[in-house]
Amino acid sequence: MSQSYNRGLIEDFGRWKEFSAGMWAWIFHKFTGWMLIGYLFTHIAVLSTSIGAAGNEAAIMAESDVYTTTLQGLEGLFLIRLLEVGLLAVAVFHILNGLRLLMVDLGVGLEAQDKSFYASLVLTGAITVASVPTFLTGVSL
Amino acid sequence: MSTQQAEPESQEAPEDPEMKGAESPAAEEQKGGGMVEEHAEKEAELEGETVHIKVFRYDPEVADKQEPRFDDFHVPFTKGMTVLDSVMYARDEYDSSLTFRHSCRQAVCGSDAFFVNGKQRLGCKTQISDLEQPVRIEPLPHQEVVKDLVVDMDHFYDQMHAVEPYFQDEDTPETDALEEQRQSPENREKIKMSSRCIWCGACMSSCNIAAGDNEYLGPAAINKAYKFAMDDREGEEIKEHRLRILEQEHGVWRCQTQFSCTEVCPKDIPLTEHIQELKREAVKKNLKFW
Repeated sequence: MSQSYNRGLIEDFGRWKEFSAGMWAWIFHKFTGWMLIGYLFTHIAVLSTSIGAAGNEAAIMAESDVYTTTLQGLEGLFLIRLLEVGLLAVAVFHILNGLRLLMVDLGVGLEAQDKSFYASLVLTGAITVASVPTFLTGVSL
Repeated sequence: MSTQQAEPESQEAPEDPEMKGAESPAAEEQKGGGMVEEHAEKEAELEGETVHIKVFRYDPEVADKQEPRFDDFHVPFTKGMTVLDSVMYARDEYDSSLTFRHSCRQAVCGSDAFFVNGKQRLGCKTQISDLEQPVRIEPLPHQEVVKDLVVDMDHFYDQMHAVEPYFQDEDTPETDALEEQRQSPENREKIKMSSRCIWCGACMSSCNIAAGDNEYLGPAAINKAYKFAMDDREGEEIKEHRLRILEQEHGVWRCQTQFSCTEVCPKDIPLTEHIQELKREAVKKNLKFW
């Protein structure tokens, strides 16, 4: 639908302030979905390079295995730990909103769909905050 | 036509005594005492004031208006004034070239859906005292603007007609054997909300998916199909025929449950719920255990 006139940002994200709960839920769901797909492929790439060290206890202990030392080095970084927290948040929201969408598909509680979105947001926030101590122990800045 | 460009900003119209008596019967929702009180409070605040509206202007046939712009109008507030009342006042008193569709003024005809303060609303059903000023009044998004607030509804009507929005019967009996076709109260209750559609196009305009996919039937058309598909008086064969239309790529499966349509529907039709129910029907129809 081409339009030759300009009425301000009607067709795009410029009106994000006017988005309703259902719209935000959709955007977050797409966003977290893409994040998880991106993570999945990175994950496969990382894990597939770890095979060399598998079963070679002595090499790991001697810190001569490049894979293990690299990962241990990365996990020592504050930024990586922060990204881990972010990954948890993304996954938890995607799961909770996925359950919400399942309810929507089944036609259960559609009049409370905005409340269930807010609930999944709050729950995601709570779980993320609760996970921080676990993720950030023994990390040097 | 182009010579009739009034300068609406500078005009401060005297209150028209006749306007007071001819108040439009705005379909005011009275959901609870608190809401009514709050509304009355806002109304009292605006008493004797003018309301500031910004109206989208565009006309490809007039040299002055080929470049779209917003015109400001200051309309004297009257009790119970709706958005439609305000643009009607602006048209009658300030600029007779201001163009918009309207007819019944009581949320029945569905001709005055506008984009008011960033949301699709019926002009005649929206109290101006409930809105933040200046009130921005634009034509519905995602539809071609013909002139000012008038949009091209052809595509919307095409989609509505695509779902065959009329009662169909497999075997209509001979003329002399014709009988009243009664509907059970339960079945009537089931399709009640879907039958309230007034074809205003607000839902279609609010739908993100319909905006990107021109072939998508859209909430209004699917809701219309729901009304007939769920009607028990239509035979199984007809229902299957209806589902065949709906289960296509650009039918019910395009819905992403963003709830935008349900949010804006001036008749409070649970559009998303109906679309979801038809999705389940479509799955059930194709589900085979063998």
